[in-house]
Amino acid sequence: MSAGGAPALGLAERFESGLDAPICLTWELTYACNLACVHCLSSSGRRDPRELSSEECMAIVDELQRLQVFYVNIGGGEPTVRRDFWEIVDYASARRVGVKFSTNGSRITAPAAARLAAADYVDVQVSIDGASVDVNDAIRGTGSHAMALRAMDHLAEAGFGPFKVSVVLTRRNAGELDRLKTLADRYGAQLRLTRLRPSGRGADVWDELRPTAAQQRAVYEWLLDQGEQVLTGDSFFHLSAYGQKLPGLNLCGAGRVVCLIDPVGDVYACPFAIHEQFLAGNVRQEGGFTSVWRESDLFLDLRRPQSAGVCGSCGFYDSCRGGCMAAKFFTGLPLAGPDPECALGHGEKALAARGHRPLPRPSVNMSRRAANGSPDAIVVV
Amino acid sequence: MAVVEAPGVKAGALADAATGFDLDGAWRLDPQVALRPEPFGALAYHFGTRRLSFLKSRVLVDVVVALADRSSARQACREAGVGERELERYGRALATLAESGMIAPRVPA
Ligand code: SF4
Ligand code: SF4
Repeated sequence: MSAGGAPALGLAERFESGLDAPICLTWELTYACNLACVHCLSSSGRRDPRELSSEECMAIVDELQRLQVFYVNIGGGEPTVRRDFWEIVDYASARRVGVKFSTNGSRITAPAAARLAAADYVDVQVSIDGASVDVNDAIRGTGSHAMALRAMDHLAEAGFGPFKVSVVLTRRNAGELDRLKTLADRYGAQLRLTRLRPSGRGADVWDELRPTAAQQRAVYEWLLDQGEQVLTGDSFFHLSAYGQKLPGLNLCGAGRVVCLIDPVGDVYACPFAIHEQFLAGNVRQEGGFTSVWRESDLFLDLRRPQSAGVCGSCGFYDSCRGGCMAAKFFTGLPLAGPDPECALGHGEKALAARGHRPLPRPSVNMSRRAANGSPDAIVVV
Repeated sequence: MAVVEAPGVKAGALADAATGFDLDGAWRLDPQVALRPEPFGALAYHFGTRRLSFLKSRVLVDVVVALADRSSARQACREAGVGERELERYGRALATLAESGMIAPRVPA
C-alpha cells in the first residue's frame, strides 16, 4: 500500500509494465573488433559501413540526457576502435550521462588509463574469461589474457579506482572463481560474473561451454556467499529457484527496463536478443529513440503481462519468472515456459524434447569468418 | 541494486539494517545523486557509488526533495503529509537512503 492507499504492485510487476525511459541501456558503438571471441554475443568482427556517424551518436547522447538515462553500457565490438570513441565519452560525461564501457583492453594504454582516471562519470569493464591463460585464451584468442592484464595494470597504476573485471561464466572457468576474485582484488577492482547466453556466436558454443548442472549449483552457492561484492548484472536470477534470491531485480528487463542500440541504430529489446523478432525500430526513424522506447509495438507488447506457460505452476515463479527470454528463444524453447538452465531441471527436459527444428539465427553476423557454418551475411529488415 | 521499499509496503530484508535515523537532524540529497521521477515514485542514481535505488512512493520522493531546505527530516516529513504513525516507517526508508549515501547530513543554515 502506498501512502495514498492504492493497492501495491510489487516492484517487479511495476518494472515489467515499463518505465518512461530505460534504467540503463546497452549501446554497441561498432561491430568492429580486433578479437574474435568464440562466444561473442553480438557476432562482432567487421565494421558495418552503415554505422552511426559521430553526429548521430552525439544526438543520441542528447536524447539520453533528456530522458534522464543515468548511464549507458557502451560495448561492441571493441568500442575503443571507433575514432570518435573518446569524443563520445567526453560528450556524454559533460552531460552527466554516465558511461560504463566494456573493453578487451587492447587500447587501454597508460595514457588512456590516465585519461580515464581523470574523468567523472566513466567506468570501465575489462573482459577476461579465465584466471589462467589457457582457459581464457581458448575462448578469447591467443594473447588476450596478457592484453587484459596489461590494461588492468595501467588502470591500477593510473589510480582509476575500482574498475570492473568482467567474466562470462563457462564450464572452463567455473572452477576458477576464487582465483578470478583474487585477481580482481589484487587490482582493487570488482569482479563481475555474467551468464553465457546462446546469443550471437555464443549459440555455436553454448552446449559445450555452458556450466554443468553441478557447476551451476556451486556457482549459485558461491554467489550467495559473495553477496553484493560480486556483480552479476542480475544475470543469474533464474537460479533463485535453488532457494534464496540473489541480490538484484530478479526479472527479465528486456524492453521494459533495458534495451540495446546497435551500431547501425537498430533498437533491440536486449543486447542478447539480436534477432528480427526482438527488433523494435531504429533511432534514425522519425521520433528517434524516445518514440521507439515508448511506442514500438514490440516494447508495448513486452510490457503487457506475459504468459508463464508451464512455469505458472512452479513455486519459484515469483523470483525466477521463467528465466531468460533470449536463452529460451535461441535454444528453440517456447518463451512461455522454463529457461533452458532451469534450476529444477525442467529446461533439460524441454531441450531433450525439442526435436530437430532449425534454431533461430541472429539477424546480424559480422564475424570475420563465418562461425561454424553460420551464414556470413547481414539481413536487413 | 539497492531497493528502497516504500513505507507501507512490506520492507523485506533491507529494512532490518535500517535503524536509528536522526529525524531531528538536517539532511540533504547528496549532490552526486540524480533523481528521475517515475509513476511509482522515483529512481535515484548515485554517480559516485554507482548505486541505483528505487523510491517506491511519491510522498517519499517529496520528503527527499524537501530535505535540503527544511530544518529537520521530521519537518520535511510533516510538510509532505506524513502522519505521526507513519513517521517511523519513513524514518526507516530515510535510514536506508542514508546508509547507501543517497542522502547525507548537512550543517543547518
Ligand atoms: S532476455 Fe535474458 S539477458 Fe535479456 S533482459 Fe531478459 S533475462 Fe536478461
Ligand atoms: S519451472 Fe520455470 S519458474 Fe520454475 S524454476 Fe524452472 S524456469 Fe523457473
